[in-house]
Amino acid sequence: MLHALTSIVAQQGSGGYKWMPERASSYAAEVDWAFNFVFWISVFFFALIVILTVVFAIKYRRRPGVEADNSITHNTKLEVFWSVVPLGLVIVIFWFGFSGFVDMRTFPKDAMVVKVHAKMWSWSFEYPNGVESTTLHVPLGQKVKLRMDSSDVLHSFWVPAFRVKQDVVPGRYTYLWFEAIKTGTFRVLCTEYCGTGHSTMLSAVEVQSPEAFKAWMAEESSGKNLSPVERGKKVFSLKGCAGCHTVTKDRKKLVGPGLYGIFGHEVTLAGGKKVLADENYLRESILDPNAKVVNGFPPIMSLIPLKDKELDGVIEYLKSLKD
Amino acid sequence: MTSIPMPEEGTLTTKPVVDETNYLKSAYGIKSWLLTQDHKRIAIMYMIGIGIAFLLGGLFALAVRLELWTPTKTIVEAATYNKLFTLHGAIMTFLVLVPSIPAILGNFVLPMMLGAKDVAFPKLNLLSFYLWLLGAIGFVVVLFAGDLDTGWTFYAPYSIRTQTAVALAATGAFILGFSSILTGLNFMVTIHKMRAKTMGWFRMPLLLWGLYATSVIQIVATPVIGITVGMLFLEKLFHIGFFDPKLGGDPVLFEHFFWFYSHPVVYVMILPAMGVISEIITAMSRKHIFGYTFIAFSSIAIALFGFLVWGHHMFVSGQSSLMSTIFSLLTFSVSIPSAIKVFNWLATMYKGSISLAPPMLFAMGFLFLFGIGGLTGLFLGTLNTDVHLHDTYFIVAHFHYTMMGSALIGLIGGLFFYWPKIFGRMYSHLLGTISFILIFVGFNLTFIPQFLMGSMGMPRRYYNYPPEFQAYHQWSTVGSFVLAAGLFTALWCFIHSLFRGEKAPDNPWGAVTLDWKTSSPPHHHNFDIVPPVTDPYDMDDVYWDEESKGYISRSQQAALQELAAGVSGTQEKNS
Repeated sequence: MLHALTSIVAQQGSGGYKWMPERASSYAAEVDWAFNFVFWISVFFFALIVILTVVFAIKYRRRPGVEADNSITHNTKLEVFWSVVPLGLVIVIFWFGFSGFVDMRTFPKDAMVVKVHAKMWSWSFEYPNGVESTTLHVPLGQKVKLRMDSSDVLHSFWVPAFRVKQDVVPGRYTYLWFEAIKTGTFRVLCTEYCGTGHSTMLSAVEVQSPEAFKAWMAEESSGKNLSPVERGKKVFSLKGCAGCHTVTKDRKKLVGPGLYGIFGHEVTLAGGKKVLADENYLRESILDPNAKVVNGFPPIMSLIPLKDKELDGVIEYLKSLKD
Repeated sequence: MTSIPMPEEGTLTTKPVVDETNYLKSAYGIKSWLLTQDHKRIAIMYMIGIGIAFLLGGLFALAVRLELWTPTKTIVEAATYNKLFTLHGAIMTFLVLVPSIPAILGNFVLPMMLGAKDVAFPKLNLLSFYLWLLGAIGFVVVLFAGDLDTGWTFYAPYSIRTQTAVALAATGAFILGFSSILTGLNFMVTIHKMRAKTMGWFRMPLLLWGLYATSVIQIVATPVIGITVGMLFLEKLFHIGFFDPKLGGDPVLFEHFFWFYSHPVVYVMILPAMGVISEIITAMSRKHIFGYTFIAFSSIAIALFGFLVWGHHMFVSGQSSLMSTIFSLLTFSVSIPSAIKVFNWLATMYKGSISLAPPMLFAMGFLFLFGIGGLTGLFLGTLNTDVHLHDTYFIVAHFHYTMMGSALIGLIGGLFFYWPKIFGRMYSHLLGTISFILIFVGFNLTFIPQFLMGSMGMPRRYYNYPPEFQAYHQWSTVGSFVLAAGLFTALWCFIHSLFRGEKAPDNPWGAVTLDWKTSSPPHHHNFDIVPPVTDPYDMDDVYWDEESKGYISRSQQAALQELAAGVSGTQEKNS
């Protein structure tokens, strides 16, 4: 804790405390400029308020024999002055924020469109050629437009390094765009509260050089000859199953039951009935999640549409989770 | 003041003596409190009730801060953490901050400031209190029966899908809404109809302008939250399809409904606090308020503009960019009347004779904290910076500076200011000063780190968080405990005063408004004889009286002498 304080102080020594994370998108600089503009105006007025409060409290502190000067009750000119000056300033602030916002909300025509699927509690990204991934890969210097949807509740897509944020609303598409100006991995966070796993609904943007991006894309789209188990494992991760279900041996409970070794075992359902977790049970639980809910868990799993081959893969993958 | 023989101290009395000159002794027994129609006793019942709710909400806050000591699990599971911050927010907003100053201080002083015996509808006033109590009980039931994990904002469709007690909490909020509406209605009618005969609108103390503006918001905005939670309730029970997209509803519609009330309601919290600060600064500086008219109209302006800015909570919600732009522009309009008030308060201190007794310390603390709260609002009204800062700890820090740092400090400062009037006892200035220092230091230590981590990338309502933010969270947690220590010191100071405090003079601070021109504690009917109405800030009206250790009003004294002369005159004629 102390260490962090000294590092904050040290940062202050070396060119000022950084309020903002690193800048990795084309309009991050503009946002930071507006932030700093408002910051220094605020510092000025805050200093004015605090200095006047303290100076008056000392200078005009109550002393015997000294009366307050009660001849001053108002001064219209002065009051109009300190109403109009802030008004002018806030209009200027509004203008900077507005022009920056227009840039964020004006979508370029030549952008690569990536579809973003949000659900409790995972992100997945779908590229124009159909490739899907759990982290967002984008080439440096390429304008990217995200078309986002949610299959359950409100989420919000935030990349602090890009200064972009947009709620993802079930029942409609929402959009945002950016152009990355720096290679590297940048954090993606959900910023609209969405339940138990809200703070684990994280992902990343990988900004790669155009060549590296191409190579990654080529590898992703070529590797189609996966075994059913491998395919299932990939679907399991892409569709965000891991947000609620662990696959580790300790069978740790998250929001849903742990799935290690579940195949071939009896499970107790809500209401006390027992069923054997065979292939058909697994199939039903994926296709109609709330039909037979395991005892002690809330019936909140949403339906995740799968193609036949994906469904088969997931079942094979679950079967493979055993000693 | 007329003197009525007091029972000698030390005399043993089997029955408590009924004393009409002291509302605390005008009747005895539990029924005399629970069924009272006296606005002063209702105020005290609110004080106790809201105090308990505040304690509960505060304990939840401390639990939240403890959990955030480490980036992963510290004391509770994620689901419990979500319930803790939800209950903290819901209790603090609906049970504490919304009623706070109007229900406690407003109830106590509003009729006295007007020179009235009571509010216009005393029974309705009592009903308001019981509605508050019913709503509060509803929340306690939620606490034990089903919990709530939606955040205090109840955003759909999460609130529709969750298994927790949303319907019950919605019912509680609905009932609390009525309490708020009825209080607003009562105050508004009282201010319109029950001012002393010669009290024009511009002879009203500024706290009344603040409470009047608050009443407007309570009456106009609160029905909308009632409708909103009502719709949520129906949606939850009958799956109608207002807000849930699965049923053809629109979640953004819920946000509009919710913020149409919940933005104006922050002015329900802050406007009365601003009124209290106006009263404290002028009295403690012994100086006429600077720019009465500007301060009065700025309250009204805030109330009106406050209705037109709700969309600034929704810049990234999916509402149209044009709407966001209009809301951003309108949002800045609210900052102007707030700025005017701050400058006018500073100008009031200029060439004053400033006492640094606890009420003034809290008022100056208010200027500092409201300065930060207000100025950080500029970052959030600005469109492109808000996109980055929305739903981060920057927001959390900002609204705690405005809602707690300002509104609640206004309440505590107001309690220190009016305490001698309410209970007729002075308190230890030393304890009051210590509590102020702890509250002030603790508050800033809690929330300044939250600004820093928010803009760096820390989202709100996160149970786990990236480890680089741990130091900020730990400072914040330490701060929250210092803050709690300060609040408990204030509580101790008040309780100590009840038992050990010196008897308070009628007017310890030299305020000129009518509420200080009655005994401390006041008569059962507030005034024996209603004092003459003067300019509420004409400091020449009062002078220090060494004998009573308080201030005495010249105009009131003159009126009483005249009356006495008149009475003896008629007696002479009669004889």
